[in-house]
Amino acid sequence: MTKELDGLTAAEIVARSFPDGIVEVLASSIVIRTDLLAEVARYLHDTPGLSFNYLEGIASVDYIDYFEVVYNLVSLEENHSMVIKVQAYGREKPEVPSVVSIWKTADFQEREEYDLMGIVFTGHPNLKRIMLWEGFPGHPLRKDFLEFDHRNIAPAGD
Amino acid sequence: MVAQDSAIKTQPIVINMGPQHPSTHGVFRLRLVLDGETVIDVEPVFGYLHRSKEKLEEERTYLQTLPITDRMDYLSSMTNNLGCSMAIEKLANIPVPERAQYLRVIMAELTRISSHCFAQGMQLQEMGAWATPLMYFIREREKIIDLFEMVSGARLTFNYIRPGGVSQDIPPEFIPACYKFIDEMPGYIDEYEQLLVQNEILRSRTMGVGVLPRDLAINSGASGPVLRASGINWDLRKQDPYLVYDRFDFDVPVGQHGDTYDRFMVRMYEMRESVKIVRQALDQLPPGPVTANLPIVIIPPPGDAYAHIETARGTLGFYMVSDGGANPWRFHVRAPSLINLTALREMIIGHKVADTVVIFGSIDIVLGEVDR
Repeated sequence: MTKELDGLTAAEIVARSFPDGIVEVLASSIVIRTDLLAEVARYLHDTPGLSFNYLEGIASVDYIDYFEVVYNLVSLEENHSMVIKVQAYGREKPEVPSVVSIWKTADFQEREEYDLMGIVFTGHPNLKRIMLWEGFPGHPLRKDFLEFDHRNIAPAGD
Repeated sequence: MVAQDSAIKTQPIVINMGPQHPSTHGVFRLRLVLDGETVIDVEPVFGYLHRSKEKLEEERTYLQTLPITDRMDYLSSMTNNLGCSMAIEKLANIPVPERAQYLRVIMAELTRISSHCFAQGMQLQEMGAWATPLMYFIREREKIIDLFEMVSGARLTFNYIRPGGVSQDIPPEFIPACYKFIDEMPGYIDEYEQLLVQNEILRSRTMGVGVLPRDLAINSGASGPVLRASGINWDLRKQDPYLVYDRFDFDVPVGQHGDTYDRFMVRMYEMRESVKIVRQALDQLPPGPVTANLPIVIIPPPGDAYAHIETARGTLGFYMVSDGGANPWRFHVRAPSLINLTALREMIIGHKVADTVVIFGSIDIVLGEVDR
């Protein structure tokens, strides 16, 4: 059974090396400082005993006031898992450091979140749209994205 | 020797394989850079089947999200329903009756067999064994689909597994029919192995082709048979048991070299293990209700939940955020087909164009899930 580290345990682990890196401790996850993400990720990946060598997934959520990016980390060796979150403010260009250099799997997933949610992952080697085409207006998963509505098209000839 | 090499001038040529190509399992484009017949760079381009399902889900109630998951990985609809249901149950703290859990295991394992059948058949097809092996595999897949039709009435998009259990109990004729199928299936797998595994063409086309090294497999987030063929014993049914998988006795086949042959064989052995699980689940199937009594509109408390399961293609995860309303605030899918493609570039570079098709097929993607 994969041991899911709760928020308090995860906070205690991260605070060993980054005492001021934690923003908020939640029940089953922690929110860490966005600018420290790459360092914290490197620490969690490299430290023996933690060895979070498998990034299972990246998700992003639009909470209107801010964006949240959720990382599901798993250690295949220790069989434990942990959820870390970072927050990005500003709707024009919310920025989060990329973790592609630590986990290659972040490549497509960060591109997906960039494409659909509009979060800019700084340091990503090839950050471009993945599902939609270049030049698509806006980012569809944002809550303020207006959906294309066929009923709004004026009939031909009018 | 130098003079000879420079005598024949070659220059890299860019070829688009796809979007319409018989071997790409859908609409998918590989942008290959070739030096003669050898691939020196490759970039997968996708999105042709993008239907923005994550956005569509946000406008639906939790029960209405299920039919859309059917259409993501349409070759294993049952397990997609299962993953989505498990995330909703986790979000809203819904208990699942024991009989429903057994039925879910039976359906999930039959789905694994049918999905692997299709994957194996298509893999052979891509090696040039046109249609004949595929028809052998489809013969058994057809029987599984008949079983699914018995329980759900549909043949491709079942929508059978629901939050809180399954939509309805199995009909009385299902159990003898299912026993009959799993009695026959090991014989069919023997037949596949006799026909295929010792085949000289299959071995020379797959052994040492498309090697995915162990470290890269972990780092690139591969899952399912692709990860296990690279020698990593990681199967969520064993490592993080969900439903009632901890009550069954089965093995997890693990490869050694991470090449296409190992991926092929891992799938072949997994079919046998799935037959074992279905038999044990049928033997132990308890009586009782098959669904928790839920309101039509499920309103979970605010919060988020992540549930993951082991499907035929790998780790399928659903991350849902609730704001306390009737619709999910965010519905994210961790699609194994998409993430297994991360290491495709490293697997293909250095091989010939003809091997590209075989390596790509051995990852066993479904474009409905890659693009969503």
